[in-house]
Order: sequence, then structure tokens, then C-alpha cells
Amino acid sequence: MSESAATNPLAPPSAHRTSPALHHQFEELAQQYDASTFGMWVFLATEILFFGGLFTAYIMYRSMYYSGFAAGSHGLEGDFGAAMTFILLASSFTMAMSVHAAREGKRVTLIILLLVTIFLGLVFLAIKFTEYSHKWHEHMVPGLNFHPSLKALRGGPGTAVELFMCFYFFMTGLHALHMIIGIGLLSVMTILTWRGKIKRDNYDKIEVSGLYWHFVDIIWIYLFPLLYLIGGRYK
Amino acid sequence: MSKEIPSVRTYALVFVALLLLASLTTGVAYIDLGPFNTVVALAIAFIKMCLVGLFFMELLYSRGLTRIVVLAGFFWLALMVSFTLADVFSRPWIKTPGP
Repeated sequence: MSESAATNPLAPPSAHRTSPALHHQFEELAQQYDASTFGMWVFLATEILFFGGLFTAYIMYRSMYYSGFAAGSHGLEGDFGAAMTFILLASSFTMAMSVHAAREGKRVTLIILLLVTIFLGLVFLAIKFTEYSHKWHEHMVPGLNFHPSLKALRGGPGTAVELFMCFYFFMTGLHALHMIIGIGLLSVMTILTWRGKIKRDNYDKIEVSGLYWHFVDIIWIYLFPLLYLIGGRYK
Repeated sequence: MSKEIPSVRTYALVFVALLLLASLTTGVAYIDLGPFNTVVALAIAFIKMCLVGLFFMELLYSRGLTRIVVLAGFFWLALMVSFTLADVFSRPWIKTPGP
């Protein structure tokens, strides 16, 4: 039973069979750790398909209405997109360092790194909503506030640009929702660590929060070139 | 499969590589490569995803069972994308009397 678990170098030491962090259904901490991360990965596999539906539709409509998508993409602010990419990558780095600190049982370092990660996530959201407000003032919000005869659209067909903006708002909106959930998750982890509830034995809570955070980062890694950089920016 | 626990040095190196790749994506967008702009951008995104997955999400250090779950996720995504596109793009092949 514990043969495979014992070989996992990331799991807590198997010797702790009497740890208070061990739930009764598990034999040892290493097994509990493996179950936690496995469960999170199964959830993330469903998340791949959740976002995958939007990506599939995006590929289909982009190939059908390429000029409209390129015109819509040129209406977005590439500098904002690049800035958000760098901020999110930095937050992923501090998240990975958080997991590292948790694994070594460094409570204060863990709290600081979690707070930095949350801060970077909030900066990301701040830029995102600044961008949304720009799009509102530029009349590029489909359905609510859209003028198809804008100079910003650079001659792309209005309805196809509107379709692109639908994808822009749904994909970035769903991503932003995941960011908000992630920030909530990390806030709970910070409070638990502050109260001394996170130890070397049950750091899998930090580990699975990190997996979620990195997943959201990976989604953005794809959203940035797919939404902001269609057809390049050299024109 | 490495049995070492990832070090701070590893995380830092991966982070620097990710920043360089992100800069590269932004920089390449300003060069006219024709249709290869998209190919290059997606290739860089794929490399970034692998770096985050293997090192930050510790797939390099995790068990085979976890990796199977990840591959299964991408396999079903590939099914969804390929079957959808196969439907959409093969529709003009058969001429049907339209309205």
C-alpha cells in the first residue's frame, strides 16, 4: 500500500503515523499527501476541459473570422497584457517558494510569501479591471456598449470584432473569476498558517492551493498570445 | 525521474527562464513573420506551460498516477478540439441543397 507513497520525495516523512494532522482513513502522512495532490490533479483535469470548451470555440471562430479577430486584437492594449503576464509569472514563482517554505516548516517565511502572492494577484486584477474600464469607454463591450464603426477597429468587420470581444470578455472574465477564487483560497491558507494550523505534516493544503494557482497561471500563458497578439503587433 | 526535492536555485532558474520567454513572446510579436507569428507564440506558450508544470507544479517529481491524470486531461481536450474542428471544416466537402 505505502510502497509507492514511500518513494515520493515531496511527501511528509512516513514515520509520522501518530501525527494529529493524519486523517483516520489514511495509514500515514505520505499516503494522505498523495491522495490530496491526486485529487487536486483530477479536479484540474476537469478544469482543462472547462476552459477547453472556450478554447475550442475560439479556434473555430478565429479560423472563420480571422480579419475581425485580428482587428479586435489590435484594439486591445498589448502593454497591459504583457505586464499582467510578468506579474502572474512572478506570483507563480512566489507561490512555488511558498510551497517550498511550507515543506521546510518555515512559518514566517510562508506567511510573507503567501501575502506577496496575494498582493501580486490583486495587482493583476487591478490592471484587468482598468483594462475593462478602458474597453467600456472605447465602446468595445459587446451587447452593452459596442459601436461597430470605431477607428480603433481599423476596418475589421464590426460583427466579427464584436464576436472577438465576446471571447475576450468571457475568457479573461472566467480567468479573473479563477484568480479571485485563488486569492480567497490563499487568504484562508494565510490565516491557517498564522494560527499555526499548517505544519510540515499537513503542508499538502499549501501544495494543492499552489497547484490551483499555477494552473490559473498556465491559462493566462495561453490567453496572452491568443487574445493580445493575433497577427502580430508590427502593423 | 529525479528523486531530489526541488531547490530554491531550481525555482529561481525556472522563473528567470519564464521571464525571458515572456519577453521573447512580446518581442517576436513586433517582427513580421507572417503566419509563423502564431506558431512561434504558441510554441513559446507550450514551453512556458511545460516549465510551470514540470517544476512549479512538481510533475518532474510526482508519481506516475498523477502524470496519467494530466495526460488524460489533455487527451480529452485533444478529442474535443479535433472532433469539433473535423466537423466544422469538413462541412463544405459535401454539397447539400441549401435554403
